Amino acid sequence: MRSIIRYAAVVVAIGSLAIWLGCGRKSESPAAKASIDIKGSDTMVNLMSALAEAFMKAHPDKQVAVTGGGSGTGIAALINGTTDICASSRSMQEKEIDLAKQKNIQPKEVVIGMDGLAVMVNKSNPVDSLTLEQIKQLFQGTVTDWAAVGGNKGEVLIHSRESNSGTYVYFKEHVLNKGDFATNARLMTSTAALVQEISTNVNAVGYGGEAYGKQGNIKMLHVRKTADAPAVYPTEETVRGGAYPISRPLFLYTNGAATGLTSEFITFCNSAEGQKIVREVGYVPMKG
Amino acid sequence: MPLSKQYWKARAIRYFFMTCAATSVLIVVLVFLFLGKESIPFVAKHGVGELFGEVWQPVSFEDEQFGILPLVTGSILVTLLATILAVPFGVVSAIYIAEMASPVEREIWKPVIELLAGIPSVVLGFFGLVVVAPLVKETFGLTSGLNALTGSILLALMAIPTIISISEDAIRNVPKSYKEASYSLGASKLQTIWKVTVPAALSGIVAAVMLGLGRVVGETMAVMMVTGNAAIITFSPVESVRTMTATVAAEMGEVPFGSDHYHALFVIGVVLLCMTFGLNMIAQKVLKKYRIG
Repeated sequence: MRSIIRYAAVVVAIGSLAIWLGCGRKSESPAAKASIDIKGSDTMVNLMSALAEAFMKAHPDKQVAVTGGGSGTGIAALINGTTDICASSRSMQEKEIDLAKQKNIQPKEVVIGMDGLAVMVNKSNPVDSLTLEQIKQLFQGTVTDWAAVGGNKGEVLIHSRESNSGTYVYFKEHVLNKGDFATNARLMTSTAALVQEISTNVNAVGYGGEAYGKQGNIKMLHVRKTADAPAVYPTEETVRGGAYPISRPLFLYTNGAATGLTSEFITFCNSAEGQKIVREVGYVPMKG
Repeated sequence: MPLSKQYWKARAIRYFFMTCAATSVLIVVLVFLFLGKESIPFVAKHGVGELFGEVWQPVSFEDEQFGILPLVTGSILVTLLATILAVPFGVVSAIYIAEMASPVEREIWKPVIELLAGIPSVVLGFFGLVVVAPLVKETFGLTSGLNALTGSILLALMAIPTIISISEDAIRNVPKSYKEASYSLGASKLQTIWKVTVPAALSGIVAAVMLGLGRVVGETMAVMMVTGNAAIITFSPVESVRTMTATVAAEMGEVPFGSDHYHALFVIGVVLLCMTFGLNMIAQKVLKKYRIG
């Protein structure tokens, strides 16, 4: 009996020590609140880091921390109140906005740039342009041979991003018209891995941010909205002007109208200096 | 008085150790409870039948489908292939190190093999992506190197150190008298190894294989990088497959909290845990038997 009491005493002692240490850490943070967190899109993580760095250079006393994880991760963090800004390469879904409102979070969106999604093939693939309908058929697996869309005979190897990627959801919604990818589509964990695979494989097709299409053994396709529309190559002008059919805005979400440091940072993103960084990282700024 | 002080010191140390040991048990129990709690809503809503579907299409505007069959077969295919590659290689190496290598050789072999176990799986995965996948593609004349075979080659590399280490211990623990009896009957060294030593160490070797498999089933990063992750039901080594671990790892980041998809991923976790738990149980049982014998 006595040994049980002693044992309990030891456990309580260790437990309270742990709680004491935990509290000690927590009570520090509110005092030093010259910092904000940005969480979200992997597509935007390079962009947000570059913006944060430039911002901190201009304001050395302020801290901006950027983490990726995917647009969904960022939105979840916004809903749970664990991030100040959520970077997202897709707009929030109805479900997510409802969930946020249940938790008394009022998502407010700001667009800081545009991203053109390129359809990429290997450089030695003779196909140069496709219609949106043909792209849909390729990725849904209803066309399985390149010969059907004007290429050399060979089985189409579909490469997609994983379903945790904002790019995946965007492509599914806007190119596949909310249809599903073919089940034999290979799901790549990053755009870099996807680019690597396409540059070594003649019959591969994939999609990704326009900035990725300039490297390696990759060719970006001209895209036609309909069979008789002009074939448009993804460039800054065509993406911003909307002539290129597959482009998307890059969003920042905050809880309610931004205040304090958060607002300061967002203003910076849309300033001439911020927009210059948007272009340097490979996206299309809102103002030419 | 000094005796009492020592007594208390011993007591305190004892409780400290006990707390540490109890913590890991507690964590195992908590993991089971948590997985159960998060996966039950899915089963309650959709029933178990939904899980046996043949399509895994969790993010869809049309029809979300949560059939885990392609993921289970994907994991099994990759694991089986890895076993076929790793077991003969691992066991033969273990026999060599235990029975034929000189003591100096053994001192070199063992640490190097154990070093293989220490390679982070993401590094191995990257190696697979840029070296093994193109090699597999060229060798077999395939359209793509991202398939079950490439994944299982990497997994075999991970299982081999475990298999070698434990098999080698088992083989060396075979009583000397067995071998001496065999030699005195006029058997050659090779005959003794195959007919006496290996059968005597068999339960240890089986346990080694089981533990190696346990690691293979649960491995995530390397397979996610090289198997192509297409959720199709196939038993062809050159097709792309999607394993259970890769699915959970890849999709957990995006999944809306509390959605069907979220709970479905926990169901996968439960299935996976049951599989590795089963393998480890069998391994422990076999290992125990071999220790007594």
